[in-house]
Amino acid sequence: MARYALRVNGQNREVDAEPGDSLLSILREDFGLTGSRFGCGEGQCGACTVLLDGAGARSCVTRVGSVGAKAITTIEALAEGDRLHPVQQAFLEVEAFQCGYCTSGMVMAAVGLLKTNPNPSESDIARLMDRSVCRCGTYPRIVQAVRLAAGRMRTGSSAIGGE
Amino acid sequence: MEPERYELSEARRYRFELERRDFMRLFGSGLVVMVAAADALAQESGRARPQGRADTPDLAAWLHIDETGRVHVCTGKVEIGQNIRTSLAQTVADELRVPIASITMVMADTDKTPFDQGTFGSLTTPRMAPQLAKAAATAREMLIDQAAARWQADRATLTARDGRIVAKDGRALAYGELTKGQALSGTIPAAPAVDPRDKWQIRGTAIKKVDGRDFVTGRHQYTPDLVRPGMLHGRVVRAEGYGGTLVSVDDAGARAMAGVTVVRDGDFLGVAAPSARAAARAATAIQAVWHVPADQPSSETIYDYLKKHPDRASTPAAVDTIQMPAGVARTFAASYRIPYIAHVPLEPRAAVAEWQDGKVTVWTGTQRPFGVRTELAEAFRIPEDRVRVIVPDTGSGYGGKHTGDAAIEAARLAKAAGKPVKLVWTREEEFAWAYFRPAGVIDIKSGVDASGRIVAWAFDNWNSGSSGIQTPYDIALKPTVFHASKTPLRQGSYRALAATANHYAREMHMDEMARALGVDAVEFRVRHLKDDRMRDVLNAVARKIGWPGPSAAGRALGIACGTEKGGYVATAAEVSPVPSGGGGKTATGFKVERIVIAFECGAIVNPDGLKNQVEGSVVQGLGGALFEAVEFADGHLRNGTMEQYRVPRFRDTPVIETMLLDRRDLPSAGAGESSMIAVAPAIGSAVRGLGKVDTALPIRLLSSA
Repeated sequence: MARYALRVNGQNREVDAEPGDSLLSILREDFGLTGSRFGCGEGQCGACTVLLDGAGARSCVTRVGSVGAKAITTIEALAEGDRLHPVQQAFLEVEAFQCGYCTSGMVMAAVGLLKTNPNPSESDIARLMDRSVCRCGTYPRIVQAVRLAAGRMRTGSSAIGGE
Repeated sequence: MEPERYELSEARRYRFELERRDFMRLFGSGLVVMVAAADALAQESGRARPQGRADTPDLAAWLHIDETGRVHVCTGKVEIGQNIRTSLAQTVADELRVPIASITMVMADTDKTPFDQGTFGSLTTPRMAPQLAKAAATAREMLIDQAAARWQADRATLTARDGRIVAKDGRALAYGELTKGQALSGTIPAAPAVDPRDKWQIRGTAIKKVDGRDFVTGRHQYTPDLVRPGMLHGRVVRAEGYGGTLVSVDDAGARAMAGVTVVRDGDFLGVAAPSARAAARAATAIQAVWHVPADQPSSETIYDYLKKHPDRASTPAAVDTIQMPAGVARTFAASYRIPYIAHVPLEPRAAVAEWQDGKVTVWTGTQRPFGVRTELAEAFRIPEDRVRVIVPDTGSGYGGKHTGDAAIEAARLAKAAGKPVKLVWTREEEFAWAYFRPAGVIDIKSGVDASGRIVAWAFDNWNSGSSGIQTPYDIALKPTVFHASKTPLRQGSYRALAATANHYAREMHMDEMARALGVDAVEFRVRHLKDDRMRDVLNAVARKIGWPGPSAAGRALGIACGTEKGGYVATAAEVSPVPSGGGGKTATGFKVERIVIAFECGAIVNPDGLKNQVEGSVVQGLGGALFEAVEFADGHLRNGTMEQYRVPRFRDTPVIETMLLDRRDLPSAGAGESSMIAVAPAIGSAVRGLGKVDTALPIRLLSSA
């Protein structure tokens, strides 16, 4: 057991854990950040996706000992107060979910994707998000939502339609 | 639309209605309308109210308007992604003339909602929504009566509008003002003033999910996210294989760990520990020896096994006993194999259990909260009124969450530990220890006369199930038999049940006959269809995809149709060949480029929610059509991980074009399931245009044309 200092959603947090313990279990159990979901524990479904230094990462197969000083961002820190992140807003408007269990991970994966590829085509999105699973099969709407968010983020448009 | 055997896992028992005074005690002041299950039955059938009848359907609901005007709707149905929290609220808001935001849906809490048999069979919209409409219309008329009495006005001059009763002279009373300090209770009259469908205002519109924001912010709490004070975390030590019994246990290592409780009760072995990680370590530290029976069937021998192991007295096969009538010019015979497949809900089974004063409360994701209450009561030998089951809106089910396995396990651990326990199944447990869609064998023998008309149709289904087994085609002689088999793997309900398997076999066979006779596949079907609703969806799809020609050379089209749960669907697929190499065992030999679907389920309550369901069911249907099959041998799964068991992903998803045929002139049918039933045969038929296709699912292109 060792003590780890982590940077989570802009705050310094400490936790006692084994180096091989998953980052997801620490986020959920020790820090109460349950928005990142457990889906498979194999890194195959993406429900646990968070950002590490801005890049999408599967927290269920990320060992806490490997995180170091990287900044961890979870779904809880995406909105600014009541103002949703453009990706969240697009998912809400397009209603790009059914049961919603994959949504946190999909949103985080999309945010990570758009940081490196601000203007992805539909096939880019399908390729880059292929490791995230929506078992309800909402893929076409998720692609549509990511494109909508990308367009708004590129133009810096905050003109978000009313709900 | 009666449930089939995979939807019912226990006998119904007598139920007696809640006393009116209990009801008022539950809600306090305001206005309540209760829909008793028996009211619904009497009105539906026109028969007298059957008191305490064992076969009373589960259609009870309660509606309460409090003194702030807020509307509480209590139903035992569960939200698992199918959007009923929103669509039922639409129904109530529409009838009550209130904004949808003033409605709170109280769902699936056995202490707060009336008994409900379960959320399955696509019954919520066709059966529960009309009940809530009656309750809301009754409440609305009662409020008009109240206002009329208060104003000494003619009720015919008053209208309900936007949460208020309004008089012609402009006077208005908000619902809350009318219910304040009152204890009004109403029952459904013989002819409740429900809006005709052509007067729908809120129903029929694309209302967004009422709690959508909680999902995009991660704020929604599914069962695995719940925390109770002093809560421990559980882990079950599983048998080494199916049918395994516990021989011996060495748990000294686990017991030496801080705060760990080990429970052994019969073949149940589990631990509770202060954290999920500690529980996993404790479970790993236990040395258990299991005896697993040898010589269990495998995914290769299963089809032969199912035919040879009837579950009850064996019935002769229709394909063996049918006498081909005189005039049969040509016969066709084929055997279709359907593998077990897994639901793979992204939220695994989970439960939080808490005992207090001999009563257990369990939060769990299940489609049958009252069924799970019974399971818990039986497991712990306590009366049902000492069990409460609460279902948070759940990360999907697809028919896979009818049982209370995790609930019972968590409750057993919590009882031993004397503290609340949360148990979240691992993905491997979810694959291995939940249950599967039944595997099956379907044999068909058919005969056509010289004019190309089908005159004989023998259809046998071993084990897969009886939903959708009857052919919709007009055929004079059509013996159809379901043969229940013993099953080596635990099996149960699955979205659309056996309708997917039965439609796959039937439509692939129709396709084979049409090809052999040189008749267009659409024309061949229309020739045998009397039902206009089926023809409408079939023709709509054919037009949209450009039948019979594919959009590019080298591609092929396929088409299929069907009806299930009162809905009608046709699906067309366009496929292209994929040269062999790469992809391993899930390489299909082809790619699905485009799917066109037309779906008609009567009057549409929420077109956007419905479109989402229909597209989702197409994608889920792709899984069974293209990849999904549980592999097993000797009591073990061979592909029981997310990596090994391939489910549809972004890159597998073709262009999907959805046509929803709204029929306001018809009552709403169920919609969450039936739209998937024609996906596999549409694809299978298209792939036949590329070359030879195996008759088993998943579909494989064996050789190019």
